[in-house]
Amino acid sequence: MDMRRAKIVKNVSVTIGAWLVALLIFFPIFWMVLTSLKTELNAFSTPPSLFFMPTLENYLVVFERSDYLKYFWNSVVISFGSSIIGMLIAVPGAYAMAFYPTARTKDLLLWMLSTKMLPPVGVLVPIYLLFRDTHLLDSKIGLVIIFTLINLPIIIWMVYTYFREVPKDILEAVRMDGAHVWGEIRHVLLPISLGGLSSTFLLSLILSWNEAFWSLNLTTSSAAPLTALIASYSSPEGLFWAKLSAASTLAVAPILIFGWISQKQLVRGLTFGAVK
Amino acid sequence: MSQINTNASVAKILVAPSVILLALWMIVPLAMTIYFSTLNFNLMIPGGRDFIGFENFYWFLTDPSFITGIINTLVLVGAVLIITVGLGTLIAVLVDNPFPGRGLVRVLLISPFFIMPTVNALIWKNLLMHPVSGLFAWLFRQVGLEPIDWFTDLPMTSIVIIVSWQWLPFAILILMTALQSMDQEQLEAARMDGAGPISTFWHITLPHLARPLVVVIMIETIFLLSVFAEIFTTTSGGPGTQTTNLAYLIYTQALLQFDVGMASAGGLIAVVLANVVAVFLIRAVGKSLAEQ
Amino acid sequence: MQITKAPSVRLATLACAVSLSTAALAETVTIGTVNNGDMIRMQALSSAFEAAHPDIDLEWVILEENVLRQRLTTDIAANSGQFDVMTIGMYETPIWGENGWLEPMNNLPSSYDVNDIFPSVRGGLSYDDTLYALPFYAESSMTYYRKDLFAAAGLTMPAEPTWDQMREFAVALHDPSKEQYGICLRGKAGWGENMALVTTMVNAFGGSWFDMDWNAQLDSPAWHEAINFYVDILGNYGPPGASSNGFNENLALFNTGKCAMWIDATVAGSFVTDASQSQVADQVGFAAAPKQKTSKGSGWLWAWALAIPVSSDAKDAAREFVTWATSKEYSELVADEYGIAAIPPGTRASTYENQAYLDAAEFASMTLSQMQKANPNDQTLNPSPYTGVQFVAIPGFSGFGTVVGQQVSGALAGNTSVDQALRNANQVVNREMRRAGYQN
Repeated sequence: MDMRRAKIVKNVSVTIGAWLVALLIFFPIFWMVLTSLKTELNAFSTPPSLFFMPTLENYLVVFERSDYLKYFWNSVVISFGSSIIGMLIAVPGAYAMAFYPTARTKDLLLWMLSTKMLPPVGVLVPIYLLFRDTHLLDSKIGLVIIFTLINLPIIIWMVYTYFREVPKDILEAVRMDGAHVWGEIRHVLLPISLGGLSSTFLLSLILSWNEAFWSLNLTTSSAAPLTALIASYSSPEGLFWAKLSAASTLAVAPILIFGWISQKQLVRGLTFGAVK
Repeated sequence: MSQINTNASVAKILVAPSVILLALWMIVPLAMTIYFSTLNFNLMIPGGRDFIGFENFYWFLTDPSFITGIINTLVLVGAVLIITVGLGTLIAVLVDNPFPGRGLVRVLLISPFFIMPTVNALIWKNLLMHPVSGLFAWLFRQVGLEPIDWFTDLPMTSIVIIVSWQWLPFAILILMTALQSMDQEQLEAARMDGAGPISTFWHITLPHLARPLVVVIMIETIFLLSVFAEIFTTTSGGPGTQTTNLAYLIYTQALLQFDVGMASAGGLIAVVLANVVAVFLIRAVGKSLAEQ
Repeated sequence: MQITKAPSVRLATLACAVSLSTAALAETVTIGTVNNGDMIRMQALSSAFEAAHPDIDLEWVILEENVLRQRLTTDIAANSGQFDVMTIGMYETPIWGENGWLEPMNNLPSSYDVNDIFPSVRGGLSYDDTLYALPFYAESSMTYYRKDLFAAAGLTMPAEPTWDQMREFAVALHDPSKEQYGICLRGKAGWGENMALVTTMVNAFGGSWFDMDWNAQLDSPAWHEAINFYVDILGNYGPPGASSNGFNENLALFNTGKCAMWIDATVAGSFVTDASQSQVADQVGFAAAPKQKTSKGSGWLWAWALAIPVSSDAKDAAREFVTWATSKEYSELVADEYGIAAIPPGTRASTYENQAYLDAAEFASMTLSQMQKANPNDQTLNPSPYTGVQFVAIPGFSGFGTVVGQQVSGALAGNTSVDQALRNANQVVNREMRRAGYQN
């Protein structure tokens, strides 16, 4: 009886606690969307209003002033392109390192990560000059190359970690059955680590979508992604909170919605329980 | 015997593309940066790019804000790591229990990670932390308190809050997924033996999370060492140099004047420092990587 | 949908015999500009230009000021030719002109009436007597104040106030409990942000950045006096968070009725009097930027101007656009579409001879007198070796000006003492000058 009551108390407090934390963490995003539906004067006024006549005026301004679809499409092409290519390069490498490790594997992994340590501001000019000479400035291909390279170490690391979690005995059992390496990968490894691979892919996608330094400096107009759109709303003259919120909402909405949809897949991530 | 050899050579071939690409990506800019760092190379002044040896390094290292920059970088990385890893673990454990609406809660929890750093900084700076019209100021006044002037009085704290909000979901996400692969039988057995929730957490959950924690710490460190957009958008490194980290210092000292030589020297110094940090981190947390 | 300038695409277009007509001839002009209100209007009105020039396509790249500046500088210095029209200011133009990066703006059509442009503005956009950019709008600085609050407190704002008087007013009108602050000033660090205002204050207090031998003067009595005054007036009688407020933040505060006084760009005149964005539109009074020991250099001089980089591959089309956007004809278009008070201010004498404009724009006469007073070549009480009222027109200034700005904002936030901040700042500036070879 007491046990049961304790359990109910525990469940209720977990539920309340979890919801409270989640709402608190999500609040700034909710507030941004709410502000985007206010008028400029209303957005800046105190006390902040919770109930008001929503207006789509700010969104209209954003659409009128900038070619949203162009920025959106560039973001999609660049982030998907770089993530797909990154996965194609990284997964075989991570596979080899996870299942056929050598004495140097650990060093190799750390070296890969160290390539991410050069601060972008420090190498902007060299890269810019290289891009100018190879006609990659303001091209989607150029950004795909850059993003693939800067995310590659992270992708390899993540995939490597997921592969290492795959129980060795399963693979060995398959190998005993005489399956070919390729069969082993396709029928056992990939299905098991699908969640991990898709969460890695999503991570790479998010990082590319949100990258602002290279995308601002290496594009002008035809390849400019959504981060460039934000840079034109971030601090103009006068009241701008509502328009900024609208532009921000438009810039983050696609990836946020994509993330929500793929969340199930994502959270399944490292769920090997079922296989064990 | 020959099987092992083939496997080893196949493995080499599979790793090769990654290694070659990353080597190129490292060597080409690095070589150019090393070369530029020895030149008197300012984009604003055309012509003469004389070789000046280590003069750029001298000017960068003797800059009065250099030490502050290093300290701020470490404070920022350290504080955000502690907050995100600590809170992340607690929240991940909290939502590991089944409860109504768990799916939605998870979605809400990981959402901030999808927000662009610039947008994140703009929302916090304007809509929330603005000392006059921000939501926090209003809330403080509602309960009769003097509103906090965030970016003046607590600049580093504000940056830490903003950056932590961005990275907390990442920690939650990785740890939450890792928790799902926990051995339920082992947990059950521990409970049967009369282990309390704290000792279960300490002896079973935490060891299980060791490797994902390493991943979180390593990846976050890499990104946190070069936080730029959040500072650029909110405090511009100030007031004074209170929020100037190394990345921002390179920007003000070098890129604002388009001094490529200085920027290169600063970049190289940052790489060395980042690697020092990485070596320490690896010493501290990397063991679990080798052991497993 | 995509417009690339890659030669292969051009060839492909040419090879496609069908489209040899207008499409192949249409030239793309890529314009990089700031996200300020007047420029946004320019983008909206540019359809009129495109209608009159069917052979020219305009591509807009609108960015926040700091980001734009960084993009344009990299582009022009690396000669990469991504932009055909660049929006730059009085600081960049002479330096870039000297470097041979900009197309000279000579041989303008007589209808353009280049002599109508204020001489100080033309001078600021020239190097060696050659004009390198055409001004889109220009500004000095002035004092905005709330007539209703002054009347209620029984105070009168003189036409040419001193900083001491400003302090008295600020003390009298500061009432934080009503979210009403005595004075709003720029506090955000940056050579074009707080240092613009601070430099005019230093000028008014009789100081300058350098003596004739390029020795930094930031540790001089004039700087100490000016910065102490600034920290006192803004720290004690300003809004909270003043050290992160720039032009935009202060404009928002003033427009929502939270500032009794504000000293900033004259271009804000049309925003603070526009009822659609200002809650205090009919209560704004105007006065000169405050003087103190001297009125020399107490108001700044700045212009946003359009320039054509030599690396552009559409120079003629770009010139068509630049002359259109800075012409009298464009002003008329703005007047028709947005009202006469909205026309880009501060560039042409004819604007200020137009009675309709003077009647509609209450701020116009103050703008004019401030513009006429500002002289970038005679801006300091004692002689100085540089030009520029609120900046020093040398390449390193954008860097060390910002570092000094950080020190000043640190002093304002109370993190360092004014003495310490100025000592640091002086050291930094001398270091930079030594490094750049100005001092031996």
